[in-house]
Amino acid sequence: MSILADRRTRLLVQGLGRVGQFYTDLMIEYGTQVVAGTRPGKGGTRHHGIPIFDDARAAARSVAFDASVVFVPAAAAAEAILEAAEAGARLIVAITEGVPALDLARVKATLRESFPAVRLIGPNCPGVISPGQCKIGIMPGYIHKPGPVGILSRSGTLTYEGVHQCTALGLGQSTCVGIGGDPVVGMSFVDLLELYAEDPLTKGILMIGEIGGSAEEEAAEYIRARFRKPVVAFIAGKNAPPGKRMGHAGAIISGGRGTAAEKVEALRAAGVTVVDSPAEMGAAMQRVLGSEEEEG
Amino acid sequence: MKIHEYQAKELFRRYAIPVPEGAVAETPSEARAIAAGLGGDLFAVKAQVHAGGRGKGGGVRLAREAEEVGALAGEILSRPLVTPQTGPEGVVVRRVLVERGRPFERQLYLGIVLDRAAERPVLMASAEGGVEIEEIARERPAVILKAHFDARAGLGAQEARALASRLGLAGATGAEAAAIMQALARIFLAEDCSLLEINPLVVTAEGAVVALDAKCDLDDNALFRHPGHLAWRDPAEEDRREAQAADFGFSYVTLDGDIGCMVNGAGLAMATNDIITLAGGAPANFLDVGGAADPERVTAAFRLLLGDRRVRAVLVNIFGGIVRCDVIAQGIIAALRGMTLQVPLVVRLEGTNVETAREMLRGSGLALIEAETFADAAAKAVAAARGGAA
Repeated sequence: MSILADRRTRLLVQGLGRVGQFYTDLMIEYGTQVVAGTRPGKGGTRHHGIPIFDDARAAARSVAFDASVVFVPAAAAAEAILEAAEAGARLIVAITEGVPALDLARVKATLRESFPAVRLIGPNCPGVISPGQCKIGIMPGYIHKPGPVGILSRSGTLTYEGVHQCTALGLGQSTCVGIGGDPVVGMSFVDLLELYAEDPLTKGILMIGEIGGSAEEEAAEYIRARFRKPVVAFIAGKNAPPGKRMGHAGAIISGGRGTAAEKVEALRAAGVTVVDSPAEMGAAMQRVLGSEEEEG
Repeated sequence: MKIHEYQAKELFRRYAIPVPEGAVAETPSEARAIAAGLGGDLFAVKAQVHAGGRGKGGGVRLAREAEEVGALAGEILSRPLVTPQTGPEGVVVRRVLVERGRPFERQLYLGIVLDRAAERPVLMASAEGGVEIEEIARERPAVILKAHFDARAGLGAQEARALASRLGLAGATGAEAAAIMQALARIFLAEDCSLLEINPLVVTAEGAVVALDAKCDLDDNALFRHPGHLAWRDPAEEDRREAQAADFGFSYVTLDGDIGCMVNGAGLAMATNDIITLAGGAPANFLDVGGAADPERVTAAFRLLLGDRRVRAVLVNIFGGIVRCDVIAQGIIAALRGMTLQVPLVVRLEGTNVETAREMLRGSGLALIEAETFADAAAKAVAAARGGAA
């Protein structure tokens, strides 16, 4: 099993431009069922046999899909997300970087009101992968392998680092989700932990957080109260100066809040194994899963 | 993007938020002339820098006559301004804002940020303005009133009036304050701000409500739809290397150590800074060259790092996923062929085709220190920086 995406997922690609095509080819190669694409003005053409439509609405009239991945440029990304929701996508993965923060606040308000069943991942994220089944995004597929670890992260390459460490130790993954590095994103750590809790394949969680906002603190509260699988965490940005954005739009300590220290403390208090070194993510995961087995 | 107080006040004027009359001066004589033109017997002279806490550093002064305005402007413009937010060396002040002074009876606070957890903008208001709002938030959070509003609809008239009345403002004064709150919300949404603040918003003896101060940060990601805002960028206020890096499209933050870092991806770059610190070293910078580390970007990044005279060692940490490690190695070799390396260089590549990449680096004849794992890379960079220092 897995969460969000699996073998049956039928994917629409929004924004089949040069970059979109490049990653679409890699998704198809991985085994993802890409069933349609959109590109304004290119409706009626095909990419590797995949029908292209002018927009998601037109695609929905001819092809059945349940998920969408968004590569359209930042200026049009918010509109593309809502268009996918209207067209019936139940999972929307927004890869696009640089979307204005207020656009996401507006998108989320509309999703809450009009499309409560839609799950949005991102934007500014690497995407979702259920190893061996389905890859929706831009992550290198081959570093993943199927297994018991659920990985969730606000980052891209640091997620690959975590995946790589796990895979090297023989620990495969159920589903890996990059939730995105922006101030407002789709599904939160808590939303995803709720799904992982119900997934029998997922035996443990690796959560990769960073400075800014309070997503990690909210996750800590949820884990303390309700989550029963072991969790390993790393929080990036311990020496980030206050008021500076560290690459991600959302990685900023503001008004003295959102520091790594606060997050580490909240997670440790909730029983999470927090590693100080990003080189220890995989090893710590192996330790906590090993001790689970002994106890079980 | 941060903008200056006088720029934020231009924005306020456009949305009919009352601000004191005034203008910006770059010299003491300009300042004196502005004051003479304004007339009256009370003036404010305010240093225009992006750093907060100006009042504490002597960057906000009051004068009684135009001559005094000129003298104060001279003082402020002649030396670096040190505030709690600038560090001990302070910042150079290039402009002062000269305004007509407005005596007042009450000082309030208004601010808007995007509440990340609530995923909605929130208007914060306090009857105790003129002091650091962070302090109040920490010590007496109940003093700060909050009203969340929908990012599509804005702040409603009723909510604004209710908030004004909770601040103890009634009648025409309450109505003015409520109108200012709504205008502030309109600015926040229409201009894509990430922070707006009026501290203090004052009430005069006549009951008029005036924004004595103005602070505005703009969402960098939204600048594409506000080309006019770009004219407000002040490169002189930015760290020189950070500005240079921004021209290359890098995310760069100057830190105070001696190990130059080149990493792909923001999370991995932060984690690289963390692991260097953990190994007993100190990073000179945060640098994310982007997910795709192509030769051109790698070359630009090397120029940036090697141009930093504080740097005693460089650590390259790149996870090659879609962009293969051998392509990245090629980029590193090409970049370094055209440069003289004055400091030790530690390279850690991981990911697709890493073995080929390592062989390429070994065979290049370049004096690189190869690192295998993340932890190994940090240890070697720290040792190299120490060796370079000896």
